[in-house]
Amino acid sequence: MNLDTLLDGPLRGLAGALARREVQAAEVARAYLDRIAAANALLNCFITVDRERSLHEAEAADRWLDARAAGGADAPASTLLPPQLSGLLAGVPVAHKDIFCAEGWRTTCGSRMLENFVAPYDAHVITRFRAAGAVTLGRANMDEFAMGSSNENSWFGPVRNPWDTSRVPGGSSGGSAAAVAAGLAPAATGTDTGGSIRQPAAWCGVSGIKPTYGRVSRYGMIAFASSLDQGGAFARRAEDLALLLDVMAGHDARDATSAVRQDGSFTGLLGQDLTGLRVGVPRDWFGSGLAAGIGTAVQAALEQLQRQGCVLVDIDLPASRHAIPAYYVIAPAECSSNLSRFDGVRFGHRAAGYRDLTELYERSRAEGFGAEVKRRILIGSYVLSHGYYDAYYLQAQKVRRLIADDFTRAFASCDLIAGPVTPTSAFRLGACNEDPVQMYLEDMYTIPVNLAGLPGMSIPAGFDNGLPVGLQLIGPWWQEARLLQVAHAYQQHTDWHRARPAGVPGVSA
Amino acid sequence: MSLSEDDVRRVARLSRLAVSADELPRLQQDLSRILDLAAELKAIDTQGVAPMAHPGADAVALRPDVVTESNRRDAYQAVAPQVEDGLYLVPKVIE
Amino acid sequence: MSQWEIVIGLETHAQLSTHSKIFSGASTAFGAEPNTQACAVDLGLPGVLPVPNQGAVERAIRFGLAVGAQIAPMSVFARKNYFYPDLPKGYQISQFELPVVQGGSMTIHTAAGEKTVRLTRAHLEEDAGKSLHEDFHGSSGIDLNRAGTPLLEIVTEPDMRSADEAVAYARALHGLVRWIEICDGNMQEGSFRCDVNVSVRPFGQREYGTRCEIKNLNSFRFIERAIDCEVKRQIALIEDGGAVRQETRLYDPDRDETRSMRSKEDAQDYRYFPDPDLPPLRIDEAWVREVAAGLPELPAARRVRYQRDLGLGAYDAGLLTASREAGDYFEALQRAAPGVDAKVCANWVNGELAAALNRAELDFTASRVTADRLAGLLRRLADGTVSGKIAKEIFELMWTEGGDADAIIDARGLRQISDSGALEAVLREIVERSPAQVAEYRGGKEKVFGFFVGQAMKATQGKANPAQLNELLRKLLAG
Repeated sequence: MNLDTLLDGPLRGLAGALARREVQAAEVARAYLDRIAAANALLNCFITVDRERSLHEAEAADRWLDARAAGGADAPASTLLPPQLSGLLAGVPVAHKDIFCAEGWRTTCGSRMLENFVAPYDAHVITRFRAAGAVTLGRANMDEFAMGSSNENSWFGPVRNPWDTSRVPGGSSGGSAAAVAAGLAPAATGTDTGGSIRQPAAWCGVSGIKPTYGRVSRYGMIAFASSLDQGGAFARRAEDLALLLDVMAGHDARDATSAVRQDGSFTGLLGQDLTGLRVGVPRDWFGSGLAAGIGTAVQAALEQLQRQGCVLVDIDLPASRHAIPAYYVIAPAECSSNLSRFDGVRFGHRAAGYRDLTELYERSRAEGFGAEVKRRILIGSYVLSHGYYDAYYLQAQKVRRLIADDFTRAFASCDLIAGPVTPTSAFRLGACNEDPVQMYLEDMYTIPVNLAGLPGMSIPAGFDNGLPVGLQLIGPWWQEARLLQVAHAYQQHTDWHRARPAGVPGVSA
Repeated sequence: MSLSEDDVRRVARLSRLAVSADELPRLQQDLSRILDLAAELKAIDTQGVAPMAHPGADAVALRPDVVTESNRRDAYQAVAPQVEDGLYLVPKVIE
Repeated sequence: MSQWEIVIGLETHAQLSTHSKIFSGASTAFGAEPNTQACAVDLGLPGVLPVPNQGAVERAIRFGLAVGAQIAPMSVFARKNYFYPDLPKGYQISQFELPVVQGGSMTIHTAAGEKTVRLTRAHLEEDAGKSLHEDFHGSSGIDLNRAGTPLLEIVTEPDMRSADEAVAYARALHGLVRWIEICDGNMQEGSFRCDVNVSVRPFGQREYGTRCEIKNLNSFRFIERAIDCEVKRQIALIEDGGAVRQETRLYDPDRDETRSMRSKEDAQDYRYFPDPDLPPLRIDEAWVREVAAGLPELPAARRVRYQRDLGLGAYDAGLLTASREAGDYFEALQRAAPGVDAKVCANWVNGELAAALNRAELDFTASRVTADRLAGLLRRLADGTVSGKIAKEIFELMWTEGGDADAIIDARGLRQISDSGALEAVLREIVERSPAQVAEYRGGKEKVFGFFVGQAMKATQGKANPAQLNELLRKLLAG
């Protein structure tokens, strides 16, 4: 068996080969770690790589798999996961966005503030991956505190897009998306507050899913905007994502917004026919703001779905055009408060040479946070402050309701919504430096989904001037399985998700 | 510009962020741009619309009143900038 | 008298008696080593989340029901944002626009009579940690064990008009929260702390004067003292042509004065907003009914019952309902001594027993004389076996040495002499050896009667039945 073929194939295949002991977890981990060692200097996908720790985890997975293969009843069964999920990903390497606290791993959130923070506990997502037997491949780069759409806001330097290293990979989960795209990891976790999974997935040509708000526990996932943040995943294929969600999703009593659901496996609808599924198309999203090449690719994808039996229906989401202003009030408001705990007292960066408590706070925070984070904290403080609350914050919450209501109305006439992920494709590093607001507009199609708490995906749907284009799928609450069914069926008839960037050091394309 | 330098200083102070005089003009400009974007909200008719603070569950889940945590002070203080005798140290707090 | 009317409102923080914290599973026990009961959630470490404690919510419902308030079917946790080292997250989770308990009232009793104090609201929130200022070479040490302890903040309308009323309210509230077992009421440990809002205005003026808030008063005496000095300060200020400035002040018990807290450099702007980690708190009617079913009889109802059904006076009824334990003891005593008059029971509980408990610093549940034992004594008092005076001596013995009344009476021969033959013999002897006093008495000096009573008691070691003694003595002296 050719190892490279296995590594680049479906996760299910890799997990199966590991389970049948055709390949060792340590061997798989070593192969990925070698690729990372060769490519990371160029792409900067990882903030932290700890070869020894990863191999240690892989060896533990091998022992567990050996015991199970030998019929050992004493294989460590996790009580956290149901039996069918325990050990499901044993030996499968996963890169984790550096926002999920993982005991023993440095967890920086892309910030100088947490440059030396080794988490004393696991995020719920990490706990579940550990219980499934997955191996941590490293800590993926990201925009600082998940604020950004280009991954240029990382204290640890920008990530480069493997398709064109002069371009950004998108953000904020840029490291995760680029790592999967470059073949440095078969799967990666991410978080999506306003598009931070879907937008980099689109720009890097991989599949990404942001589940319904409340589907994946936020415990241990460092908060940016609590009412919008949702953990999710990247992989090449929709079917891989279904497997990853089976592991990641599930009720957690430590997150008061975590949902109690009995929806069954996310793989449940994979392979089912699409005939008669009504796909809503928000015609407004195909206006002048959308780059022509992207419009063409997305239109072609819609036609492909139609050929596979879907019925296209025009829908109207009029309030979603106000999503960006609403988001840039709500998200900063929540972040200004969420980031107050970074004060240099109990953890994180503390400035030197302060003279009193106020200086300790003001200088530690000024030094620890980067420019974009500061801007959002300041805007957030402003819109919540006396005299501005009603005009900005409360009004934004009302507009948020209008946006959510639009989706509810739309889903009366369709089963899912499909459209573009981004208005343009990946821009060059530094292109948006002069005007932060310019970059905000990249999230115009993804943000409405977060405001409404809906599940959304991005899957590869072609290229625009050599750069990947994503197709966005949006479902009603809790309908991830439906999105995955459609995405998987699409991927059975298209090859976009198989395309690989050339020239990644250490990886044969 | 929709924000004055004084506004920026005020929110910086509220946010406990040191802002130098050099940074102020650029910050004033950037923040004003963002607020201009947000100002679009004011024109939207939201009469009778209930604000939406949470996208999901409409009731908070409660936890039974049970002690589940044990002492992990050493692990938690391993990441602290300055501790002594189990206490976090800060410059003298003036009441 | 002064032409100034005093206006007072109170905000009380009652620590709720839960096992675990309001948003985490850490223990709330008092007195642990610093930061050993501060878990990741209490410390506000990155990524951790609050989950509200059902026990804290239930206690808030109990309180709301006990004061006749509205239990909000939907209330909202909000963040109050400010930086302080004892506030780990940089915000306190509290309730702002929609508190869990809305309205309600308390009845208070002062020398001036009965009065109703309206409550504005009561809301759930988390306590902060503590800053320790000593011994850290110019630094402060932060202990976050208390951070996240559940508090119910109970806010009154500005309905009180004297320090007396404020103290009566605070005492009544203190009694109530212990009565319904939502707070241990330990003021030394900070479980019950009051902030007092004080203003003055000329009698007849409708508008309130500018108020000052005196923070963190943790004894009833300090509440009274702080109000007295603050009122004096405000009146003097106004009479000197000055104006009261709205501010937060601290009471310094050593100097017996209030002083301004060093003013914050900028006006506080707490930027309250609904906590995005916590969807609304919903309390359905079924839960409220369930909590109501578990509530004990409340002090006000008990007080009315004691006065109306048992004929007790307001004073005794008030004392017996100052704590649930006092009333429970009283009722146990009544059950064990069915023939004894309720007023006699009340006198003993509020008199001898309360005094003994007070001296020993014990509460009713720890009384060295149980209700059953006291009932045994009161039965002997009622049936004339012992006199009131001897009964008090027996009570002292029961308190110090234990044992029941009958055993003590028998062992020490304390039975009252009610045999008229025996008593008459004693009296005759006294009359015979006191001719001078007999003459005085017969000459109209009624007061000399007491001399004979004293002699008789001395001779019988107090065991003479007083009524019988009086009767026989008068007969003998009448000649």
